[in-house]
Amino acid sequence: MTDSNAQALVVVAHGSHLNPDSSAPANNHADTIRETGVFDEVRTGFWKEEPSLREVLRTVEADEVYVVPLFISEGYFTEQVIPRELRLEEWDVDQWDSDGLSADSATLAAGDVEKTVHYCGPVGTHESMTDVLIRRAESVTGDPDVGPEFGFAVVGHGTERNENSAKAIEYHADRIRERGRFDEVQALYMDEEPEVDDVTDYFESEDIVVVPLFVSDGFHTQEDIPEDMGLTDDYQLGYDVPAGVDGHRIWYAGAVGTEALTADVVLERSAEGGADVGDAVERVRERTAPKPASD
Amino acid sequence: MDADRQADAFVDAVADGPIACDGLHSEAGPDGYSVETPNDRSEGLDEAALRELLADHERLLDNWWTWHRAGDGSRRAFLRWVESADSRPVAERYDTLAEGVTTEWGELSIHVELTGEDTGDRRYELRHIDDIDVPTADLAAFEEPLDLRRPMKFDDDGRYRPLKTAPNMPTGWRLGGLDGRDCVEAVEIAYPATVANWYREKEGNLDITHWRETGERQTGIYGIVEELPREAVEWVAEAACVDSQCLKRREWGYDEDDSLSTDGGEGPFPCREPCSLVVAAARRWTTLEREDERTYEFTLTPSEKEQVEDIIDTVAGGATEDIREADVYQGANRYRTRYLRAKRMDEEGNLCGVVTDPDSDDHDDHDDQ
Ligand code: SF4
Repeated sequence: MTDSNAQALVVVAHGSHLNPDSSAPANNHADTIRETGVFDEVRTGFWKEEPSLREVLRTVEADEVYVVPLFISEGYFTEQVIPRELRLEEWDVDQWDSDGLSADSATLAAGDVEKTVHYCGPVGTHESMTDVLIRRAESVTGDPDVGPEFGFAVVGHGTERNENSAKAIEYHADRIRERGRFDEVQALYMDEEPEVDDVTDYFESEDIVVVPLFVSDGFHTQEDIPEDMGLTDDYQLGYDVPAGVDGHRIWYAGAVGTEALTADVVLERSAEGGADVGDAVERVRERTAPKPASD
Repeated sequence: MDADRQADAFVDAVADGPIACDGLHSEAGPDGYSVETPNDRSEGLDEAALRELLADHERLLDNWWTWHRAGDGSRRAFLRWVESADSRPVAERYDTLAEGVTTEWGELSIHVELTGEDTGDRRYELRHIDDIDVPTADLAAFEEPLDLRRPMKFDDDGRYRPLKTAPNMPTGWRLGGLDGRDCVEAVEIAYPATVANWYREKEGNLDITHWRETGERQTGIYGIVEELPREAVEWVAEAACVDSQCLKRREWGYDEDDSLSTDGGEGPFPCREPCSLVVAAARRWTTLEREDERTYEFTLTPSEKEQVEDIIDTVAGGATEDIREADVYQGANRYRTRYLRAKRMDEEGNLCGVVTDPDSDDHDDHDDQ
């Protein structure tokens, strides 16, 4: 049964054939938004898991569908793979009219269902992602006022894989710097200079929060980066938070996309695409606020 | 009263147009209502007479009410299928529903029964088909469909399941007390999009995407899969898509008019295009198929040759764990295999000391990832 006023949210993400946790952020954020009740349906679809991007739209009943990619940057996935797999046949990247950071949304038909699809920009380049990065720093340090005497490193892949991914890192690093809350802010990369391996070279502050701008935890965030920074010789043995490296204390936060507040960015993307979300943005912000420490 | 509410809804609905549902037909005309049931036909009824007649056909009315409320899409069709509503008359069906009816959907057992509280209210319960006879109290009870999401990611050995329709769904749980909507929701968590695709097939509009088109669509690192030879696609289907590996019934072939000879399977829900797991594996096979064949000469005893075949068979059948520790009569037994390795492989891991590529300097060219 279709309902012409009904609206659905579809969160699309990469997923993995190897890592069971890859899809967790997409599912968790979908749950948070589902609980607000502003969408008649909230679903998830994946490139590597099920339901696949090819088949997720047919699992939706509503006629208006807001698709939000849980991806970090504009590029190959958001511009080619997702629209192709969703069969948004009229899609043209110019519809986003973006400089690599400013995608908003495009309204399209899908080839296999009679629905209106509002294809929104990825969460990673949304301005509110800056708040999530900062929230991640608060979560990992357990200090809601963290900032003074702390350095902040935003970590990404380099341009090697995707030029826009570096743009997103710079963008958020600049925005965090502009707020003046942290003593120092630095963008670091996995496969180019300035490299995350040399994190302590780039900071005077003794305490450094390191937050990878990644959607989910996996090989890069759990194995590569901790070993590259010298938090541990062997990721399987784990690492301390904070961990001492070269006279600094490194507060390594893991993927920003696992932070509950990311649900807010998903919601904002859909609202900017035209979804009626009422006061859910405020409610999600409240809901995902860190609980006061109990110890 | 439930029956009154149902009769109210019926009177409203028949005013909007004729009703025809599982042997109950009714129409409003200038001379009053007509009603036909499997046993009789009445005409020229006024509303009071219509209500009286409906009160005598509690089950027919209840059945209409149930499906009237279920909308008209895949959910309704699926729930009807669960209780064989298209093939069993209402009276007989309600008798069995009072006891409960169980159907299978892949490895899911779907049990439906009347609650006995309100007339005809159905409750659904899901569990693994292997748990059908397990006492309910011995199964972990989930409360809502979303509770299934995390457990469905792992098999009973705790290994990640990258393919939801692989026949390794975990056992030991039940999800009961579901209404129809939640039942379908839960089925779709266990087996995403299967209800939607089953319904499309049932309605005659399943959109199948065959191998060639899937290959041609790929870009990036998967762009190469379109090179995979036609005969290799047959092996891909045999490797991944047969019922022992995936419970979807493969409906795609090499091309629209070029089907594969490998068995597609018997399950109720179709596979309409090669999935991401198969495409990712095909990428690897495409690279491997680029190699030219060579002739090697190995010296083995007849039993050793058969043992190599046994090992391949056992690994391909996923049966290595089933071989008992001391069962040295099985070729793939660990001791037997270690003995073969000790006897026939050199320090570099070369079978019978035959190097893989004699022209390369690196004789230890085994890819041990
Ligand atoms: S392509 Fe094969 S393995 Fe993948 S879902 Fe279809 S039948 Fe199953």
